[in-house]
Amino acid sequence: MYRSHVLVCGGTGCTSSHSEDIIKTLEEQIAEKGLADEIKVIKTGCFGLCAKGPIMIVYPEGCFYSEVKVDDIPEIVEEHLLKGRIVKRLLFDETVSTDTVKSLNQTAFYKKQKRLALRNCGVINPESIEEYIALDGYQALAKCLTTLKPTDVIQIIKDSGLRGRGGGGFPTGLKWEFTAKNDADQKYVVCNADEGDPGAFMDRSVLEGDPHCIVEAMAICGYAIGATEGYVYVRAEYPIAVSRLELAIKQANEQGLLGKNIFNSGFEFNLHVRLGAGAFVCGEETALMTSIEGNRGEPRPRPPYPAVKGLFGKPTTENNVETFANVPQIILHGAESFAAMGTERSKGTKVFALGGKIKNTGLVEIPMGTTLREIIEEIGGGIPNGKKFKAAQTGGPSGGCIPASLIDTQIDYDNLTAIGCMMGSGGLIVMDEDTCMVDIARYFLDFTVDESCGKCAPCRIGTKRMLEILNKITQGKASLEDLDKLQELAFYIKENSLCGLGQTAPNPVLATMKFFKDEYIAHVVDKKCPAGVCKALLNYYIDPKKCIGCTLCARACPVGAIAGSPKTVHVIDTKKCIKCGACMDACKKVKAVSKV
Amino acid sequence: MKTIEELNAIREKAKANMTVREDNEDLIRVIVGMATCGIAAGARPVLNGFVDEIARRKLNNIAVSQTGCIGMCQYEPIVEVIEKGKEKVTYVKMTADKVARIVSEHLVNGNVVTEYTVGAVAK
Repeated sequence: MYRSHVLVCGGTGCTSSHSEDIIKTLEEQIAEKGLADEIKVIKTGCFGLCAKGPIMIVYPEGCFYSEVKVDDIPEIVEEHLLKGRIVKRLLFDETVSTDTVKSLNQTAFYKKQKRLALRNCGVINPESIEEYIALDGYQALAKCLTTLKPTDVIQIIKDSGLRGRGGGGFPTGLKWEFTAKNDADQKYVVCNADEGDPGAFMDRSVLEGDPHCIVEAMAICGYAIGATEGYVYVRAEYPIAVSRLELAIKQANEQGLLGKNIFNSGFEFNLHVRLGAGAFVCGEETALMTSIEGNRGEPRPRPPYPAVKGLFGKPTTENNVETFANVPQIILHGAESFAAMGTERSKGTKVFALGGKIKNTGLVEIPMGTTLREIIEEIGGGIPNGKKFKAAQTGGPSGGCIPASLIDTQIDYDNLTAIGCMMGSGGLIVMDEDTCMVDIARYFLDFTVDESCGKCAPCRIGTKRMLEILNKITQGKASLEDLDKLQELAFYIKENSLCGLGQTAPNPVLATMKFFKDEYIAHVVDKKCPAGVCKALLNYYIDPKKCIGCTLCARACPVGAIAGSPKTVHVIDTKKCIKCGACMDACKKVKAVSKV
Repeated sequence: MKTIEELNAIREKAKANMTVREDNEDLIRVIVGMATCGIAAGARPVLNGFVDEIARRKLNNIAVSQTGCIGMCQYEPIVEVIEKGKEKVTYVKMTADKVARIVSEHLVNGNVVTEYTVGAVAK
């Protein structure tokens, strides 16, 4: 029996800021002080507040230490673990109010969250099947196998209103039912963990923090649709997720929770891991299955849908990681308790990877129907440096943006679709007034051009042409006619592409053109970038009234574009200038340099 | 795994090892003063005594934690018992031998061991 548990985040974010070293040092120091029998160190999955990592929680006090460094460990061990004096300077700012230490759940970041898919992330040791079982793990599978018929399981999932969390929002229960109804000698369950959107990392966090819940959910799905084999397709760039998932599968096999005759029900289920090489198109279901089969990851036309002819030509159900993460909870607590959360047509919660110009970057899980304002201003802690909120980008390269005027939109599938946006897998990138919307659209198009698999012409050639026009716009070389062409191409590509990648690739352009047309016009007509991002359209200028002739800017300039001797006004030669902004940084005190 | 009973057995065993992580206001909290003065006076065996005794009796409604100097160094080791809706009880000059009695009489049956409290000792 340990009197104290120290939980250290072992997610990718915190691992990259040396949480492994912290754990090692912590264990050494604890052993040195003779506390090894009293204090247990546990490596967990992601706590969500990645901006403040590495994160450490000490129980029973529940102290939330943030931005912990290896050098801080001796103090934590000596003061807190040995003597019981909380190291206040390391506490997460918000948990320290005047004199008392607030509970984590009362901080603004966690207060409005409802952690369902992430319920075990940052709570249990993901490498221990016992800890997962302690928090009702595998109870849902046991319930299904011993008391429910496969059709009952499907009915529960249908009643819960769960919809696919990978982006499309297709009702999960229906998907299962379609596959269940197709007779075949072999069927498959596939988990899509090929999270490819730039900025999205919720699937990774679930696999890293709670891999057993995916194992359990896939077995439940297998039972419901009549499949005995399952595949998790996870990208190889997620090494921690892969190793924890493989360990989880091994442990489940040892405990007889996978394999033959689980819970004496005669049900058999085996799980395999397949690594993806990181092609964005492999997140598309038919391309993903083609890749599992060992072929080049390219999509194929649908129908036939995977429920009829999927992996290896057999009926297959494919769901996203986060969709599966909800399943055990729905089975355990009933469809009603899940359906009680969210909006009329979008039930439950959604995990978002919050990034961009926001104070608390990290992972948040909110009930459907939470407004964008609550996410940004309350949970996210607002925009840093007193800047103004301009727009939020959702759905990555397939999605659109929500402008500041629609900040009170309730986030759910249908509301986002209505404004020409998309839930997507859950990347939420916050942008402030310094972000150029044309540049954002160009960035995402650049990504899709790279990632287009090349199988169909609209996507392969069309996106390339769109990117060329966008480049012209950001360089100030476009005409108004180009804007019309851009829009026409966008609709054409949407209508005619083979798979989801091409069908959604124009979305970032269409959405920014819809809400920020004036910015496009400014680039085309006035040859100006209002946000001061597009380099070809801006010049640096030294105000002769403010310049004190200190020579700092001239010394900082890497191309010698600034002329002037000490104590005289300096001038920038705009022909030589490469617009790197070094002069503006150098002139921080006097502020004589500005963008025009 | 053949039966739910097997699964439940693992669950109960693993759960008992995780109670320390519960964030529950309804728990009875046993707080041991573990500043330099407390440790010097022998607070560590007292703390471990509570942890072991509570684990042995499988009491899952009690959280044992430590705190810094309570301020009455001459009475160390000091242990405080805080229960929601009740007045705080402070035991002083604690030893490991006194632990079992406090657990059985106070924590289990709700009868404060008056003779160990600060009121009795300080007279």
